[in-house]
Amino acid sequence: MSEEENILSIENLRVYFPVRGGVFRRSKGFCKAVDGVSLILKDGQTLGLVGESGCGKSTLAKTVVGLIKPTSGSVKFKGNEVLRSGRSMPKSYRREVQMVFQDPAESLNSRHTVGAIVREPLEIHGMGNRDQQNERVIHLLEQVGLPASCSTRYPFEFSGGQRQRIGIARSLALNPDMLLLDEPVSALDVSVQSQVLNLLMELQNKLGLSYMFIAHDLAVVKHVSDMIAVMYLGKIVEIASAEELYSNPLHNYTKALISSIPLPDPTQSTSKVIIPGDVPSPINPPPGCAFGHRVSSPRYPESIGEILEMKEIEKNHWVLACPCCVSG
Amino acid sequence: MTAPKERSKLLQVSDLSVSFEMDEGEAQALDGVNFEVGHGQTLGLVGESGCGKSVTALSIMRLLPKPMGKIPTGNILFEGVDLLQLSPDKMREVRGNEIGMIFQEPMNALNPVKRIGDQIGEVYLLHHRMQKKDAWDKSVEMLEKVGIPSPRTRAMEYPHQLSGGMRQRVVIAMALACSPKLVIADEPTTALDVTVQAQILALLDELQKSLRSSVLLITHDLGVIAETCDEVCVMYAGRIVERASTQELFANPRHAYTRGLLSSIPRLDGVPKTKLVAIEGMVPSLSELKPGCRFAPRSGLHHPSELLDEKLPYREISPDHWVEACPVCSDS
Ligand SMILES: Nc1ncnc2c1ncn2[C@@H]1O[C@H](COP(=O)(O)OP(=O)(O)OP(=O)(O)O)[C@@H](O)[C@H]1O
Ligand SMILES: Nc1ncnc2c1ncn2[C@@H]1O[C@H](COP(=O)(O)OP(=O)(O)OP(=O)(O)O)[C@@H](O)[C@H]1O
Ligand SMILES: [Mg+2]
Ligand SMILES: [Mg+2]
Repeated sequence: MSEEENILSIENLRVYFPVRGGVFRRSKGFCKAVDGVSLILKDGQTLGLVGESGCGKSTLAKTVVGLIKPTSGSVKFKGNEVLRSGRSMPKSYRREVQMVFQDPAESLNSRHTVGAIVREPLEIHGMGNRDQQNERVIHLLEQVGLPASCSTRYPFEFSGGQRQRIGIARSLALNPDMLLLDEPVSALDVSVQSQVLNLLMELQNKLGLSYMFIAHDLAVVKHVSDMIAVMYLGKIVEIASAEELYSNPLHNYTKALISSIPLPDPTQSTSKVIIPGDVPSPINPPPGCAFGHRVSSPRYPESIGEILEMKEIEKNHWVLACPCCVSG
Repeated sequence: MTAPKERSKLLQVSDLSVSFEMDEGEAQALDGVNFEVGHGQTLGLVGESGCGKSVTALSIMRLLPKPMGKIPTGNILFEGVDLLQLSPDKMREVRGNEIGMIFQEPMNALNPVKRIGDQIGEVYLLHHRMQKKDAWDKSVEMLEKVGIPSPRTRAMEYPHQLSGGMRQRVVIAMALACSPKLVIADEPTTALDVTVQAQILALLDELQKSLRSSVLLITHDLGVIAETCDEVCVMYAGRIVERASTQELFANPRHAYTRGLLSSIPRLDGVPKTKLVAIEGMVPSLSELKPGCRFAPRSGLHHPSELLDEKLPYREISPDHWVEACPVCSDS
């Protein structure tokens, strides 16, 4: 795998939030939201990131765009390190990488018109004069399937799906190469969800964009991704191509996740793997394998004290090699 | 002739309409809704946000917000008695005792400053005039039944001390405390992760079997419907556009909206990166509803104006398979 094929490579990224408590606000430990994550996104491809609530998906994305400072690790964009201690991220990087958030209602400033919202990044980065900016705004709105007349209206006048289109138009304003999409369709109804997914796939083809696509719905992620990474309690437990992950899951958590998804087909009676309990807390997580701990795997004790590492079991299929969750 | 058939159904909702009094005028949230729930059956109510699923549930429970919410037409027969005609006192006896409800937001259903054991116990105090001590013991028993570990300790805790999945279990324990004949579950798993959703659905299924209750399950997830329901109603903009057994509906959808919904879901066994079927446009707002076919603007099919302006009949196109008979959107 040549270096220049990778638009983004994340290495051993850690984000620990200090947890304070008690009268003296003493540090009680750390919330290990992202705990040693390494990922690669190839140019023009989509890397899907799935996992349950609180596993660290948003924290990871926000760290990559510079909204959260990491504890340690490296993020390279087109081969260049962007995490530079004591300095902010390079300006060109902040233009080339954009983030789209889950809740379009919250991420759009409700007091500004749609036109002003989409124009704002152009103003911040001083791109073009007013006329050129207005022209660009209209072009961007058209690109996401909204009429130019929208630009004088306000976000609350639009439906959830349309607001997400506005968010996408804004994220495209600076001609980025890569989008971090954090649950872009989770708040939408199925019929509208597929409109937005189609739009994202179309834009990717047309503009050659690379996506990191975050969602908790594995069926959605599988549909749009080339590679998928499964995250559990701050760690990546498995990475494979979309087809491979679905047809040949290796980690017990991936298997459970796949089997938990209710299938819209009453003729298939699925035998569910019901996993007990909740995801453990990332605040002072259990030692060793957190999933083996949750399911009280008989081999869980073997994982304690061992440094769990990602191993390439088959070509391009990586799994967190833990004695209690990966057989063989 | 119809009498024996009627008696076999636990719940019968017919011609139910609901409107809300708003500053801008009246908004009709439900328009002529018909469905039945048989004994021991699970009926699914599926549809997109705002189509009237929760309003249907609240109408059955007689919990529509007052004074805005009105029921101009319809009746809701529960074991042959019209709930809409009951006095508030009688209705209170039905609620929680004969019909249990699991609400969409578990946090709203729980009192944040009351111990869990007391909250479940209240149901017994109210409906069975039990001693406090006995009610507490019954609560602990119920917590154990819904799979909460160390129920005796947990009963002493407050809602915020529990995880989302555990809170939903407590809400289920409350709804099922009096072994109700009907359980209305409004999106019981929407706020939960898939692995926890699988736990809760399995739990509901197990409890339903042991109590022989009927369930009205509200969801927007066709996967959940396929896995748990005997029958399905598909709602769109305040109407039920199609109703059939789950097998039949998935195998043989007859309304354009049902077909659109079924084909727009990304499937785990589908081909990645292909264009998904999408239903263009969006759900109409209550103010722009027409008496006729409400799916017309999104169907991509031409509708003559009388199909939009006149109420459509509801037709049984094959045994127990009903569809709103728009000649353009349904092949009826
Ligand atoms: N600023 C913060 N300070 C302290 N803890 C935080 C902060 N942000 C996130 N966390 C914690 O980090 C963990 C990961 O949170 P994150 O939002 O990344 O999860 P997620 O995978 O995006 O979940 P969801 O699917 O619910 O969006 C959680 O336990 C969360 O409580
Ligand atoms: N108290 C109210 N006052 C006015 N309108 C209301 C009120 N409650 C509900 N509505 C309207 O009635 C319609 C149906 O709402 P309902 O809550 O039943 O939708 P739903 O199908 O449960 O949607 P969701 O999937 O989002 O829960 C909506 O258009 C809603 O705006
Ligand atoms: Mg998140
Ligand atoms: Mg609702």
